[in-house]
Amino acid sequence: MTSTVPVDAAHEVGAPDHRPPLVRIRGLDKHYGPTQVLHSVDLDVFAGEVVAIVGPSGSGKSTLCRCINRLDSTTAGSIVVDGAPLPEEGSELRRLRAEVGMVFQSFNLFAHLTVVQNLMLAPVKVRGIRLEEARERAYGLLERVGLADKAYAYPRHLSGGQQQRVAIARALAMEPKLLLFDEPTSALDPEMVREVLGVMTQLALDGMTMIVVTHEMGFARQVADRVVFMDGGRILRTAPPEEFFTAPGHPRAEAFLATLPGV
Amino acid sequence: MDAITSHPDVFGHGLLMSLQISACTFVLAAAIGLLLAVCRISPVRPLRLFAAVYVSTVRSVPLLVLLALFVFGLPEIGLVYSLFWTVVTAMALYWAAFLCETVRAGVRAVPVGQTEAARALGMTFGQVLGSVIVPQALRCTVQPMASLLIAVVLNSSLAAAVGVTQELTGQTVLLDQQYAQPLVTFGAAAVCYVLITLAIGRTAAVLDRRLAVLR
Repeated sequence: MTSTVPVDAAHEVGAPDHRPPLVRIRGLDKHYGPTQVLHSVDLDVFAGEVVAIVGPSGSGKSTLCRCINRLDSTTAGSIVVDGAPLPEEGSELRRLRAEVGMVFQSFNLFAHLTVVQNLMLAPVKVRGIRLEEARERAYGLLERVGLADKAYAYPRHLSGGQQQRVAIARALAMEPKLLLFDEPTSALDPEMVREVLGVMTQLALDGMTMIVVTHEMGFARQVADRVVFMDGGRILRTAPPEEFFTAPGHPRAEAFLATLPGV
Repeated sequence: MDAITSHPDVFGHGLLMSLQISACTFVLAAAIGLLLAVCRISPVRPLRLFAAVYVSTVRSVPLLVLLALFVFGLPEIGLVYSLFWTVVTAMALYWAAFLCETVRAGVRAVPVGQTEAARALGMTFGQVLGSVIVPQALRCTVQPMASLLIAVVLNSSLAAAVGVTQELTGQTVLLDQQYAQPLVTFGAAAVCYVLITLAIGRTAAVLDRRLAVLR
């Protein structure tokens, strides 16, 4: 899990076109009953890229994120992850999920397990890694997110920021190719937002491929390689952060940015 | 008072028998109930349907009727085994229906985010259930489970009505026939039941405090 991609490669703006994307989404539609929440969404995410998905609430950005590992089903269109079409269900889907980490808004740490057990459960059960090895790796990851001293605490004894850092470590324990963040800081106090964004920034610098649904424009601006703006279930604009924040390029994006303080 | 002081062993044996019936019933009911609960929440429609029908049917028959059906009915179709186990089977099948619903309530109390996190890590339905959902569900059903266990113990007295005279209530009935002092004999039996119930209640309170999953 050490840095394999040079720092500036992770910050290359735009998509390098000589390799296939890690995630390729084409014509994705999703309905909740009669309501269509995603309209023909196209998106490519390349290995090592950090893509921030922004937009007003209800714009479909969380749904898009959850479709990528099929926590939400889709109505039409295709998602290809690492060259293979997203499996419908069964062992293929589980294998894909094991390789795509997810961090939730509400942390969702296993409440009956200690921090270190939270990090060991899936590597042992899903990957079949030996207990000792899983424990070793868990300690290493806790070190990395600055929580080595909390290994034997239960989630309820941790602050929100600490819980979210554990959740990130839990996702990393599976050595994923891709990390999905579904509004990872929206349930946190400002102080804790900083510590979580700090961990995420470090991950980005280490070359992790990340799709981040966020309201943190500062993070999107400084860490993302591309910003994707969604509204009404459609992607209305995709641009490098500087370009997006200086010239949003779409009236809805302008209106959205105007509602935010200090961008 | 003679009725009790001169027959401590009668009460002792009766109590032991009642506890044996109750323990066997509860363990068997827990196994069946858990299985039913898994069916009830499984993604397979026929299993869900089966469990739902089972619960609503078995729950609607009085336990005494079910006991009579097993003890006197089964031999008519040639199925005869020990009275003890016939009674335990009938009781376990009955209480399993209640247990199933208790477990299901516990499962529903586990936030959906726990399931999503487990699925997102690539766990199978069985792993999600066994490692994440059920351990948490059971932790928040300690008190209702204790109530069920109490009901199992108290209703084990119905075994006397179908011929298991060795258990506490059965023994009390025999003693009462001998001494004709119902106030004393049944009073003493009542005290025994109360003591067991209190003990279960205390244990549950301690367990609940220790196992509670706080969020």
